[in-house]
Amino acid sequence: MVDAVQDQDDFVPPAEVAEMELYHPKSWLTKYVFSQDAKVIAIQYSFTAIAIGLVALVLSWMMRLQLGFPETFSFIEAEDYYQFITMHGMIMVIYLLTALFLGGFGNYLIPLMVGARDMVFPYVNMLSYWIYLAAVLVLLASFFVPGGPTGAGWTLYPPQAILPGTPGSEGGIVLMLVSLALFIVGFTMGGLNYVVTVLQARTRGMTLMRLPLTIWGIFMATVLALLAFPALFVGAVMMTFDSLLGTSFFMPAISQFGEQLKYGGGSPILFQHLFWFFGHPEVYIVALPAFGIVSDLISVHARRHIFGYRLMVWAIVIIGALSFIVWAHHMYVSGMNPYFGFFFATTTLIIAIPTAIKVYNWVLTLWRGNIQLTVPMLFAIGFIVTFVNGGITGLFLGNVVVDVPLSDTMFVVAHFHMVMGVAPIMVVFGAIYHWFPKMTGRLMNVPMGQFHFWVTFVGAYAIFLPLHYLGFLGVPRRYYAMLDTGFIPESAQDLNAFVTVVVLIVGAAQMLFLYNIAVSMIKGKKSGPNPWRATSLEWQTPQTPPGHGNFGPTLPVVYRWAYAYGLPDATEDYVPQNLAPDQLMSDYDNSGLSHSAAQAAE
Amino acid sequence: MYVAVMIVLVAVGTVVFHFMSPWWWTPIASNWGYIDDTIIITFWITGVVFVAVLLFMAYCVLRFRYKEGRRSEYEPENKKLEWWLTIITGLGVAGMLIPGLFVWNQFVTVPPGAAEIEVVGTQWQWSFRYPGKDGVIGTSNVRLISGDNPFGLNPDDPNGRDDVLVEGGDLHLPLGGPVKILLRSIDVLHNFTVPQFRAKMDMVPGMITYFWLTPTRTGTFDILCFELCGTGHYTMRASVVVEEKNAFDAWLGEQETFAQTMARAGSDPGRKASLVLNETGNVAAKDRQAQ
Repeated sequence: MVDAVQDQDDFVPPAEVAEMELYHPKSWLTKYVFSQDAKVIAIQYSFTAIAIGLVALVLSWMMRLQLGFPETFSFIEAEDYYQFITMHGMIMVIYLLTALFLGGFGNYLIPLMVGARDMVFPYVNMLSYWIYLAAVLVLLASFFVPGGPTGAGWTLYPPQAILPGTPGSEGGIVLMLVSLALFIVGFTMGGLNYVVTVLQARTRGMTLMRLPLTIWGIFMATVLALLAFPALFVGAVMMTFDSLLGTSFFMPAISQFGEQLKYGGGSPILFQHLFWFFGHPEVYIVALPAFGIVSDLISVHARRHIFGYRLMVWAIVIIGALSFIVWAHHMYVSGMNPYFGFFFATTTLIIAIPTAIKVYNWVLTLWRGNIQLTVPMLFAIGFIVTFVNGGITGLFLGNVVVDVPLSDTMFVVAHFHMVMGVAPIMVVFGAIYHWFPKMTGRLMNVPMGQFHFWVTFVGAYAIFLPLHYLGFLGVPRRYYAMLDTGFIPESAQDLNAFVTVVVLIVGAAQMLFLYNIAVSMIKGKKSGPNPWRATSLEWQTPQTPPGHGNFGPTLPVVYRWAYAYGLPDATEDYVPQNLAPDQLMSDYDNSGLSHSAAQAAE
Repeated sequence: MYVAVMIVLVAVGTVVFHFMSPWWWTPIASNWGYIDDTIIITFWITGVVFVAVLLFMAYCVLRFRYKEGRRSEYEPENKKLEWWLTIITGLGVAGMLIPGLFVWNQFVTVPPGAAEIEVVGTQWQWSFRYPGKDGVIGTSNVRLISGDNPFGLNPDDPNGRDDVLVEGGDLHLPLGGPVKILLRSIDVLHNFTVPQFRAKMDMVPGMITYFWLTPTRTGTFDILCFELCGTGHYTMRASVVVEEKNAFDAWLGEQETFAQTMARAGSDPGRKASLVLNETGNVAAKDRQAQ
């Protein structure tokens, strides 16, 4: 099997299409603001996502204050609490994680890692960001309308979401739906770019099976998003009609607070199917880029090829495909036909197999590696721990009958935070520490990074592990106050107070991270073009940060996969993707590009 | 070194926490002990995997720590190892799924002869309905709901006249017999949950959902709403009293039937109902909502 991968060395297909013309900015405004350069768009996406993510972080503090110390903070009423949890959830899932992984990392890394000068449709790519920004602004506006933002829970289930009795039913819900629709429009523009660029604009020799797993993860996640978001779009449009025009897509006959409402004939469960047809792939829209990126972090910093590359690619593809036929595992106790449970439990548990393979292969990459415990590697290890933990609790919730007692308890909250909150955010941090040198030419401060990692990792684990057990106890999620019950001991409140304190500490540690970014950007140690001695193309650019057009006068030519670490017969312990085979045995420095440029010129 | 130690600490700490945690499920009060058993199976299988992966990772971090000049092993694939891992994982998954589906089959198969009891959810209160002497729950319709007829029962349906209505009180269940809980909401989504019963189901306006259980010990337990239903969600509570059959019958005998409620309200339920229908102008609402 070693041969299968090695065989492809040397093979470089002829160029089939001429290079595209690049748009060159003519003014400061088109260079830095209305930029069509994917790298600038990536940074715009990232900053916006992190900024709105900070809002969600503050909201999480507020809700934890209420849960940890009920009746202490008079400014947090039940309405506020429900608005906080709703906005926290929606912002984190859509406006932070989706935007950051695809809009941020996708834009920055795709052209650089596949060896393209830019995205295929730069103008549409620019529009994508500005529409995303509009979606964020509309979302923020909902904090300032009468009644405030919606408090329907991030799942926005009708009929409750658009009826009185729920916070934000006056206007907040409509702004939320409009914002989601805008987000989807913006995302589609970006997403088409990511997919087409990966398929169409790879440099010579960059076959699909030579792509770094980062690109596979982002590519597959984008395919999922392009197919899944339309379901949410339809749901959002129909619910807007129900709310504003009095249609009844999701609204059955209802008698509320002693009054007969003029709705009838609609189905609340239909919305849930639409929502989760989007919502479950959404989990993988966040997870697959994290899977891909963490594979590269582990490989680079363990100085070893990723173990079982082809299986890793296939696992990404299979997980992506399966993620479209498991959505109703979110609805086991929704009142849908209970016989669906057999099908969806089976498909859901089957997904565990390719997912487990990915975990084994990450760990087997560490095995017999040469592990450098850099900050990105620490975060990668933190990812594996939290992802395995959150993944196995998914086996509880996916197994239909086990879900019955646990559904809608704190167990669910703990599960999804561990698996699609903490774990992907570990990857986000690892990725930022890893690619920061490429984006700025400087390294981030290491002691600060290590401190940030340990506080975040240990803290997040201490927050979410015990919450699972509150779920076993039967503590429901989305409760403003537990009040008196016959089954919850006093100690549960002590645990909640402990968790809240840890949340505040972990939150504060993130300020240190932002400080680290700011300081390192100006005063960080110079990194050179390839501080991690990595093989993939983004580290081989002639300039760092990469200039307009990414690569020099000629595009790099790729001769091998991105995981040529520890090759027995090479001079160094890594071989850049674009290093010509005849250079393999001679000394080479970080600017592998010059070699391939020379090669191409011959 | 310290990284490997921390990984081991996380693995060991998680296991210790699991066994020492004072927060665990409440003593069960229904026949769904099978569900608890399935959870225990899942815990063992996943727990072993969790600890194994973490300890192996700790070993790797310790053993293969960076040394200047050393090369990692170059072995991109190992088909045999990958196949074995896939097969073992598949077996583990099957070990959880098969018992799970087996129990689910029981969960969705209501035993014949189960008593029917209806739970009605409104923002933010529970109400309950028993079938009365005829053992049949009468039909209902949201459009028939009014101040005098809060359950929206169909006054023309003879099956409904002897139904026993408990509005805003406690639910009583007889010990030992299977009960099919019919769930109805008249406004938004709710979810009927009693943690000691282990079972729960959403209540969806426009349809009737259900689950079944057999109460296995007497006592008074909390009923909570487990589906976000607006600002008062967390206050939507009641109690369920599981008691011996004769105590239950005595309690049931003291409750008012639909016919008695209507008589007390001093109105002709039939006339009132048709008025409501005319006001809402909904012809379709006249169709009986089948149980």
